[in-house]
Amino acid sequence: MLKRLVTSREAILLGAIVVLLGLIATRFPAFVAPANLASVFNDTSPLILLALGQMVVILTKCIDLSVAANLALSGMVVSMLNVVAPGVPVPVILVVAVGLGTLMGMFNGLLVWKVSIPPIVVTLGTMTIYRGIIFLISNGKWVNSHEMSPAFKAFPRAAFLGLPVLSWIAILVVIAFFLLMTRTTLGRAFYAVGGNPHAAVYAGINVGRTQFWAYTLSGGLAGLTGYLWVSRYAVAYVDIAGGFELTVVAACVIGGISIAGGLGSVGGALLGALFLGVVSNALPVINVSPFWQLAISGGAIIIAVAFNAQASRTKGRVILKSAEHAV
Amino acid sequence: MSTTSHHVPDRLQSSLQRRLKSWESLLLVVAVAIFLANSFASPYFLNAWNLSDATFNFTEKAMIAFAMALLIISGEIDLSVASIIALASTAMGAAVQVGVGTPGLVLIGLGVGMTAGAFNGVLVTRLGLPSIVVTIGTMSLFRGIAYIVLGDQAYRGYPESFAFFGQGYVWWVISFEFVLFGVLAVIYGIVLHKTNFGRAIFAIGNNPTGALFSGIRVQRVKFILFLLTGLMAGVAAVCLTSRLGSTRPSIAVGWELEVVTMVVLGGVNILGGSGSLPGVVIAAFVMGLVTFGLGLLNVPGIVMSIVIGALLISVIALPRLWANWRGA
Repeated sequence: MLKRLVTSREAILLGAIVVLLGLIATRFPAFVAPANLASVFNDTSPLILLALGQMVVILTKCIDLSVAANLALSGMVVSMLNVVAPGVPVPVILVVAVGLGTLMGMFNGLLVWKVSIPPIVVTLGTMTIYRGIIFLISNGKWVNSHEMSPAFKAFPRAAFLGLPVLSWIAILVVIAFFLLMTRTTLGRAFYAVGGNPHAAVYAGINVGRTQFWAYTLSGGLAGLTGYLWVSRYAVAYVDIAGGFELTVVAACVIGGISIAGGLGSVGGALLGALFLGVVSNALPVINVSPFWQLAISGGAIIIAVAFNAQASRTKGRVILKSAEHAV
Repeated sequence: MSTTSHHVPDRLQSSLQRRLKSWESLLLVVAVAIFLANSFASPYFLNAWNLSDATFNFTEKAMIAFAMALLIISGEIDLSVASIIALASTAMGAAVQVGVGTPGLVLIGLGVGMTAGAFNGVLVTRLGLPSIVVTIGTMSLFRGIAYIVLGDQAYRGYPESFAFFGQGYVWWVISFEFVLFGVLAVIYGIVLHKTNFGRAIFAIGNNPTGALFSGIRVQRVKFILFLLTGLMAGVAAVCLTSRLGSTRPSIAVGWELEVVTMVVLGGVNILGGSGSLPGVVIAAFVMGLVTFGLGLLNVPGIVMSIVIGALLISVIALPRLWANWRGA
């Protein structure tokens, strides 16, 4: 029954995206041309990567508000590394970015696991700390396009079987996460910890350690996205992806991932991210100011969470319902 | 309820109570130490006007922190307060363009703040949604509306009399904002620690179901707290807009973090159920003194935010690590 609920929610979201595309197509047919849809997907790839990491964290009843700052710091470090040592090959850059992001994720995870600080406090704090460190290491200066080596910038754009590497990375990570969530013990542990932490303990799952792994994954993906982001936009500075953590959380909530934990799927996170990607790419096409973006994602979060709450109201017996509502 | 209120402690157990009691005295020691360090570090610190300027670093945030403390004690949180400031300030700016006078502007600022708070409150209490997600959503929504209205523009041209709220002085170096801060601190302190309503907040934070069975209208109390938090964001919007004399959609960005930090630094349990208002007041001074001292030493704002972030984490982590260490 739970399975059916989840799949139907994804179906609704998929329907919403199709209707949205249809509405745009009635006036701007070029928007739904395969080439343009591929570019919308490519544009949404960073959001998809981050949303998958965030999904795992939210499944375990936590939240990671530091992803955008993590992305920006990892991106800045590899950009500065590229400036200092232009000869460093891209695979090394990738390892550095993912490694650094993973470390930052682990730091969040350790604070949640070993010190049991509430996740929102941990990541609100590390969000500002990571962001501040970018300023400290860069002195507030930008790393501009002409300072980056051609190979550094070319990697995410390189075409492979008709799609840029950035898109392929997103596709591979989606597949990897699908396998992780459905075919591994760790994947099931994420659901168990969020669904019922007490039962998870009795099932022999270490709740804190599972949350730690969730943060580690989220951090690693943020680090990876950090390199892809700075090389794709060919610029790194303190404020890149500022406020993007909210878009990431929005993608998850829209994708039907319950903030109470334990409920959600890779498909949901993917569709939630694609929904926001289509909206943000469509706004300039239908001649709406990009300043609408923030309010739209805010509205979408509220509508989605209200919708999710209606669907998942299984909080046991509700005693004194009438008294509670006789406000 | 009123008859028993003298016997029910504000905090959980006596050992915890002792620790929290010493928390406020510890904070006070920290505040004094920072004050002394500042006066040694910079020759410009011990100057009545400089100190008066320093209060502007925290008065507006502290006003929100008072209401936020009550909200967090009740087990909820509002991350949209900085965006409410942006929305209220934008509404006041728009009203100026059509010639609304100072009293009207203040009413609009407070009204928008309360409306935004009520919106959060309805979503949380009526629809039963988690306040973290709701207010992350309204955080985008409220500031998003400010961006839709203003884009990359700014509102200016506030009437001269409007400047009093953020720039006026009541007596010598005592600013209007500082007086308001003091009055609100007393009011919120009395509400939290001396009234039935305050007892209800602690009861809800400790055990919402128990509170409901004790005849407390849990949802109504929470709704009022969201309303108050919105109202205080509106008050802060009036003061800040008056002080800056202009409105941009990016006004007060990131303040929610500083407000929450102030509340947590003041000894309020982020999970709800315990805390005290005097603690929050001292925490406001500590944060104001830290940022002002760093400012005098020419430390850039973003580095201060590292300090704030580290403060937020270590303030919660250190007592827990210490308790673990003692327990082991």
